[in-house]
Amino acid sequence: MHPAPSVIIFTTFSGLGFGLLFWLGLGVIVPQYWGAFIWFTIAYLMAVGGLLASTFHLGHPERFLKAFSQWRSSWLSREGICAVATLIIMALYGAGLVFFGTRIAVLGVLGAMGALATVFTTAMIYTQMTTVPRWKHWTTPVLFLMLSLGGGALFAGQVKLAMILLVVAGAVQIFAWQTGDQRFSEAGSTLETATGLGNIGRVRAFEPPHTGTNYLLKEFVYDVGRRHVQKLRFIALSLGFVVPILALALVQITPYTHIFALFAVLSHVIGILALRWLFFAQAEHVVGLYYGKR
Amino acid sequence: MTTLPATTEKKLGLVIDLDTCVGCHACVISCKGWNTENYGAPLSDQDPYGAAPSGTFLNRVHSYEVQPPQLKDQPKPAAQLIHFPKSCLHCDDAPCVTVCPTGASYKRSEDGIVLVNEQDCIGCGLCAWACPYGARELDADEGVMKKCTLCVDRIYNENLPEEDRQPACVRTCPAGARHFGDFADPDSNVSQLTAERGGMDLMPEMGTAPVNKYLPPRPKDVAPEFDVLAPYLEPIAADAKGFIGWLDKALSAMPGGSK
Repeated sequence: MHPAPSVIIFTTFSGLGFGLLFWLGLGVIVPQYWGAFIWFTIAYLMAVGGLLASTFHLGHPERFLKAFSQWRSSWLSREGICAVATLIIMALYGAGLVFFGTRIAVLGVLGAMGALATVFTTAMIYTQMTTVPRWKHWTTPVLFLMLSLGGGALFAGQVKLAMILLVVAGAVQIFAWQTGDQRFSEAGSTLETATGLGNIGRVRAFEPPHTGTNYLLKEFVYDVGRRHVQKLRFIALSLGFVVPILALALVQITPYTHIFALFAVLSHVIGILALRWLFFAQAEHVVGLYYGKR
Repeated sequence: MTTLPATTEKKLGLVIDLDTCVGCHACVISCKGWNTENYGAPLSDQDPYGAAPSGTFLNRVHSYEVQPPQLKDQPKPAAQLIHFPKSCLHCDDAPCVTVCPTGASYKRSEDGIVLVNEQDCIGCGLCAWACPYGARELDADEGVMKKCTLCVDRIYNENLPEEDRQPACVRTCPAGARHFGDFADPDSNVSQLTAERGGMDLMPEMGTAPVNKYLPPRPKDVAPEFDVLAPYLEPIAADAKGFIGWLDKALSAMPGGSK
């Protein structure tokens, strides 16, 4: 799949933003007045910024309101509704903290649940794709949720919580990579099933439909990243999980709390960007079979 | 609504005969021509006369080489070249429809045609992601999703002569490799062709229940080893007689010659 920057930025930052909103909503940290203003600004910049980035790859972003209508069948529609509802609820909750220094617990818990639902529905947009066997697995939503919760805890300054969640998220990611590598062949789609010609013999793509490229090849047959998969996995794992966990350990035992915390956050964000790039670049769509590619 | 209809009254679709298709791409051209000038946004091209042309097509013809396995009676089976037109299969369980967030994609309950309402399409591309067949292409100029309409603006068009009320690709195919009809009617041409020739689904493991069917190539018959000139090329004089015969023997007896 084509790793569009807009979608990578969207999934990374809205995941972190809604993760932070989750912990804010649960009241793990209860900032007040100016402090609350800063926390909520950070969370909203990431959550809303990510959502806005996702509109950049649309052909007609001005029609976005229509995307809220098909919640009965479409995960993308559900995601839009969950995101907007969560942002509204958390804005009211945040207003209570910023202007009155009061925590309205009901709104906070409701917003936290909404944040989880938003991340889950985002993940389901990818998980539902039968055409991309690597994504169609329970690890996709679990991973999105764990990364959001772990990253959110990191941003919320919850050192121990973040360390535990990042270890779990890293483990889920390793498991997802290892099982994901077999999933395309397990799904059983081959050029033989794609063409129905397998009962005659082995099928080879002889001539593509056109000499030039097309939308399908650009969008679905992206094989540049697959050459450096192992290196990128190492980078994503190191920057996304190992370095932040070590930095958090240093936060606890050294006096330079803020420097190491900032280091952990920056490293984590870069690591997750690399990881999301791989999530798309590595995913093989079955339509590539028709072109003799994957 | 982007939920799928439980059943459709008709099941309009195509039968594509892989035995007959000659790979001329006439269906590609007639499809692009008709659908650029009629229903919805035109099918744009990018850099059409330049070094790297690309464009939106609703129908593309692939060519595949199929190598049959070696058998005892066929130690060297010849590879077959099979031309393979591919367009929207108007699936009964169309995954492209249910993923649409705006309701722009829908499957018609009256005839089962899968269409895009371009006024509602936000161009998110998710339906193209969901399609295993590459039947949907986002138009680079218009930013909306384009797909085969089964020439919905031809098949019901009473301004056209009756013989033209079928999809442009079917009407134009010089080999008669494309057939249009109603799969819900067991007596229709397409239902009968499918039954007779073992019409198949593409990627059945994807669970899309395609309406369009592909007829597999008929088995190739193997011609016996046969040469029309052979009877005329047999040697006429095996053993020379008379003077030539004496010369042949005398020369053969001399040293240095081949015995």
